[in-house]
Amino acid sequence: MKQDNAMTTPFVDQYDSLKPELPGSALPWMTALRDRAMDAFSASGLPTQRRESWKYTNLRNLTQLELDGQSLAPRPVSIDRAPSLLPDGSAYRIVFVNGDFRADLSDLADLPAGAVIGGVAALSEDEPECVERLLAQHKGIEDQPLVALNTALMRDGLLLQLDAGCKLERVLEVIHVNSAQNGVFAHNARNLISLGAGSEATILEHHLGLDDSAYYINAANDVTLDEDATLRHYRIQAEGKNAVHTSTTNGELAGNSFYDGYTLSVGAALSRNETKMNLTAEGANCHLNGGYLMRSQQHCDTTTVVEHLAPQTSCREVFKGVLDGRSRGVFQGRIVVRPNAQQTDGHQLNKVLLLTDTAEINAKPELEIYADDVKCSHGCSAGEVDHDALFYLRSRGLSETSAKALLIQAFLAESVSEIGAVELQDLFLEKISDWLAV
Amino acid sequence: MLEIKNLHASVEDKPILRGIDLTIQPGEVHAIMGPNGSGKSTLAHVMTGRDGYEVTEGEVLYRGKNILEMAPEERAGEGLFLAFQYPVEIPGVTNTTFMKEALNSIRRYRGEDELDAMQFMKVIREKTKQLGVSSDMLKRAVNVGFSGGEKKRNDILQMAVLEPTLAILDETDSGLDIDALKTVADGVNLLRSPENATLVITHYQRLLDYIVPDFVHVLASGRIVKSGDKTLAQELEKKGYAEFTGQAA
Repeated sequence: MKQDNAMTTPFVDQYDSLKPELPGSALPWMTALRDRAMDAFSASGLPTQRRESWKYTNLRNLTQLELDGQSLAPRPVSIDRAPSLLPDGSAYRIVFVNGDFRADLSDLADLPAGAVIGGVAALSEDEPECVERLLAQHKGIEDQPLVALNTALMRDGLLLQLDAGCKLERVLEVIHVNSAQNGVFAHNARNLISLGAGSEATILEHHLGLDDSAYYINAANDVTLDEDATLRHYRIQAEGKNAVHTSTTNGELAGNSFYDGYTLSVGAALSRNETKMNLTAEGANCHLNGGYLMRSQQHCDTTTVVEHLAPQTSCREVFKGVLDGRSRGVFQGRIVVRPNAQQTDGHQLNKVLLLTDTAEINAKPELEIYADDVKCSHGCSAGEVDHDALFYLRSRGLSETSAKALLIQAFLAESVSEIGAVELQDLFLEKISDWLAV
Repeated sequence: MLEIKNLHASVEDKPILRGIDLTIQPGEVHAIMGPNGSGKSTLAHVMTGRDGYEVTEGEVLYRGKNILEMAPEERAGEGLFLAFQYPVEIPGVTNTTFMKEALNSIRRYRGEDELDAMQFMKVIREKTKQLGVSSDMLKRAVNVGFSGGEKKRNDILQMAVLEPTLAILDETDSGLDIDALKTVADGVNLLRSPENATLVITHYQRLLDYIVPDFVHVLASGRIVKSGDKTLAQELEKKGYAEFTGQAA
């Protein structure tokens, strides 16, 4: 499906001139991978609404960014302190500023044996075999244009690899700070996460825009969990209000592994958070939860695809949305149960509060079940703040504003309570309070 | 302290209240009784500012102020309290959070300092002890999974904490067994004082055995058609409302 659209060409046109300076350009396998990816991308183009999975989200905002010849080159900005959410010393910390790893702001001291954490660019030099292996584990290039684009042009991102049995005792805080104060840019962050058998990690990932400048982040995350591995992956998307943020996560979950995900989206003019999880062996379990809080003309797309490929696999999704102003939410939740995936358990819930008549939600739950012994449920609802509850609170003295805030907070708390690392729940509740206080 | 003058109110253009006059002095307990559909709950809702009612004539003065122009929360600040016929369940909000927010909102309205968590817990301990209710319900989400009796007790606890000067009990006896009814009535009686007034709205005389009114008014077809002392309630219990519904029609 060749698309000749104005957004695709800047990326394709610049590829040849950028190629020599991209990380790993001396590695033949890397260059070959990038070439293949760029071929796939230029054939498909950026996804348009003609693609079923992009029916409700239009990337045409990207043309307004006016990406130029310099936009895909690094645009460093000076920052002397990482905007961390956790106290110094209580967590491992890795910081990326406009996409580039900043060792000086990071804290990776005292990593346990068997753990590799660092920037993908640097590790392409130091540990090319490791990077090659992690990149080879996922094949999203053909049917995921944004992953193809990312693969062709990626510069840096998080690499986390844990050997079998390795447990990260501290939370790994991943901070992506962005600002286009030195010129508009597009960055393709590539995050590679691979957890060996029985290993365990908790990631708090924070995307933050420093100002209202416009930029484009196209992240791709490859997650591989071996048998019995556990990844708790909690994210806050708070990009600047004129930014465009697309993130595609591809996960491969082995037997009895567990992915516990939560994404809170409050930022960006347009964002899409797409997660595709393959539950490949018995006992694989994933939780994809989240909250999205949008106002004015923001657009937020949450797309999940869970493939049950083996018996006795399970997934649970609880998403809560609050849409104010003329904002727009999209929720597409697809659960596929393959014929041999008997005794699977799937549960999906998407509930939305519309605070105005002009806010909009497009929700599309899809269950495709080819096995006969499965438990699958889904629920979708959209409504306004409960009038009776509002009156009850106001009759007890609460102002209309604080009564509403309390009800919205309570509504969202139901999704936050799904976060398995209970000690991090307050942090998300605070972010929600901050949003409500604006 | 409360003067209702010629109050008319409609719901979706249908007149429900058709000229109510009622005066309540501090320290008094008034009961409004009447058949279903006579406008009892409408009166409670109009007084406390619920949406969906249009006042077409008349006024309600509370301590000299026309409260009909005030938001529900301002009326609460002025000292009005409504015990609900059906207290609302609010998932995700604990009773403690709710009551602290409510009390501090009212204190702010009155120009008083807000209470911190410690000071608030002291108030709560005092009130739960005074009313003899368990403090277990404080940690639970507001009214979620509460029995009918627990919901009403929770309303009375809120009343004790917020210390209103006029409490309106809207059919607070509906759905209560006799034990729960007694607990609620005990709570109301405990909070009575020469400065406070109570307006009890009920269909049955039963509740008035426990909260003994100084005045009883019969509401029929949106008007007060008869007033008397507590013996009027007993009379109604024997004869029913037939006499008044006939008269009003």
